[in-house]
Amino acid sequence: MALIEFADFSFKYLGADSLALKRIKLTIDEGEYVVITGPSGCGKTTFCRAINALVPQFHRGYVAGNVYTDGKNTRENEVATFASVAGLVFQNPENQLVTLDVEKEIAFGPENLGVAPDEIRRRVEELIDLLDLEELREKHPHEMSGGEQQRVAIAATLALRPKVLVADEPTSNLDPTSAEVILEIIAHLNKRGMAVVLVEHRLDLVAKDASRIILMNKGRIVADGNPREILAMDLCEEIGVGVPKATQVYKRLKTRGVELRNVPLTGVELAELVQEATSR
Amino acid sequence: MIILEDVHYSYDGVYTALRGISLQVDDGERLAVIGANGAGKTTMIKHMNGLLRPQNGRVILDGQDTKFMSVAEIARKVGLVFQNPDHQLFLDSVKEEVEFGLRNLGFTESEAEQRCQGTLASLGLGGFAERSPFTLSGGERKRVALASVLSTEPRFLALDEPTIGQDAHQKNRLAQMLAEMNKRGRTVVVVTHDIEFVIENFPRTVAMAEGQIIADGSTSMVLSNDEVIERCALAPPQMTLAARALRNVFPEVGQRLTLLSELEETIMGILGGA
Repeated sequence: MALIEFADFSFKYLGADSLALKRIKLTIDEGEYVVITGPSGCGKTTFCRAINALVPQFHRGYVAGNVYTDGKNTRENEVATFASVAGLVFQNPENQLVTLDVEKEIAFGPENLGVAPDEIRRRVEELIDLLDLEELREKHPHEMSGGEQQRVAIAATLALRPKVLVADEPTSNLDPTSAEVILEIIAHLNKRGMAVVLVEHRLDLVAKDASRIILMNKGRIVADGNPREILAMDLCEEIGVGVPKATQVYKRLKTRGVELRNVPLTGVELAELVQEATSR
Repeated sequence: MIILEDVHYSYDGVYTALRGISLQVDDGERLAVIGANGAGKTTMIKHMNGLLRPQNGRVILDGQDTKFMSVAEIARKVGLVFQNPDHQLFLDSVKEEVEFGLRNLGFTESEAEQRCQGTLASLGLGGFAERSPFTLSGGERKRVALASVLSTEPRFLALDEPTIGQDAHQKNRLAQMLAEMNKRGRTVVVVTHDIEFVIENFPRTVAMAEGQIIADGSTSMVLSNDEVIERCALAPPQMTLAARALRNVFPEVGQRLTLLSELEETIMGILGGA
């Protein structure tokens, strides 16, 4: 059974005049790292909300088809059912933090689901360790930097032991170094077996971690596959996807008759391929 | 011209967000402000349009101390777009939202409508005039907030993280619009983490750390300063990493490559000779 299945799913927000998602059909399996990208307004955020039933149960509208997350239909089970399957992390961590300190923040979710106190304490300590939050233990969330807040928000999400982390542009308010820290944490969680669905425009930062890229445009999936294959397509430039700089150089060289052996995703990969081509 | 003279500011009297900022922005400049989260960038830019007033030091706008000017007076000259569009948007449709500012500044009904339409089209929001901002995506809401200020074309534009949530096409559209306004004499100041956007569009960069300015000069000079890279929490751009890796093997690769086209030519040179 797939971890997430979109079965011909369409959705239109109340008051909107066009569909936000149009007949989406796909499955996402355990352990995958899926990057969702596409132009502004293409349906990426709606896709994330549909995974954990926020669409259509909190954000209402016209629905056709079904989404099954961990085998459960998101139209037929309560939103709370999905909180412990799909953990959502958003762009602005400030909007997500609800309590006054790190420990309470992490404990908040499991307390609400009635997890036993001993088990909660165990999870709090494990997550403080995993996300390197020891120094923040006594800090109020409003005294933390954006990157620190986002680490706490991720810890709070993981406290529910989700099977998939769904992150909607989790680094776009962060400075580059803090962004890198968050993305390293997410890549590490994926290596430990957690599935990741990440929405991002800046593929320079994430393409190297992804096992799969899904390209959306106007509510539809227009390409889905291996990052190198997808980013080598001209379709990316046509619809305005931020192709990594190294991949752009590869494409420009190709139009000038120079084809490197593989499609690079980072500057270092590009340099290696150039070196290989000269056998120096 | 905007002059900040030894500006200090603290939100709570305990933590000092700005510790002596001195900066002169001339008419017609394009200036980027970079720095790590918490460096004081947003606090500084809010001083430029009078939302915050210095606790020590002065802000002088066109020769006049802003201490003696009302927010309304300053707003006629300096337009600010916030980082989070939801702090700015409050009306029922995109059109009302954009026309609100225009009417407040005394534009006639038909001028307001014309400017609104033109700005929405330039920012790729042509079909959105009647939509409620709250049914739009994050990136689209950001552009509505930008449109509401850009449509008034103030003499000074202060934009806090304008590229968040924007795809490559939208970023180009925004850059083009800012360049056009700049050609017409408008001054543009942006606060951003988007280093590629800075390199491609802003000749001058100010780097901030811990409430102070640590570097101010041409963008290429400021961005090749290692202290800036470290204290502003910048990741070196992919093109710089590629150039560094190439330089290890091909000593002929130059020290200061920043642009994609430069790297492309360098590689053509290397492979052409192979």
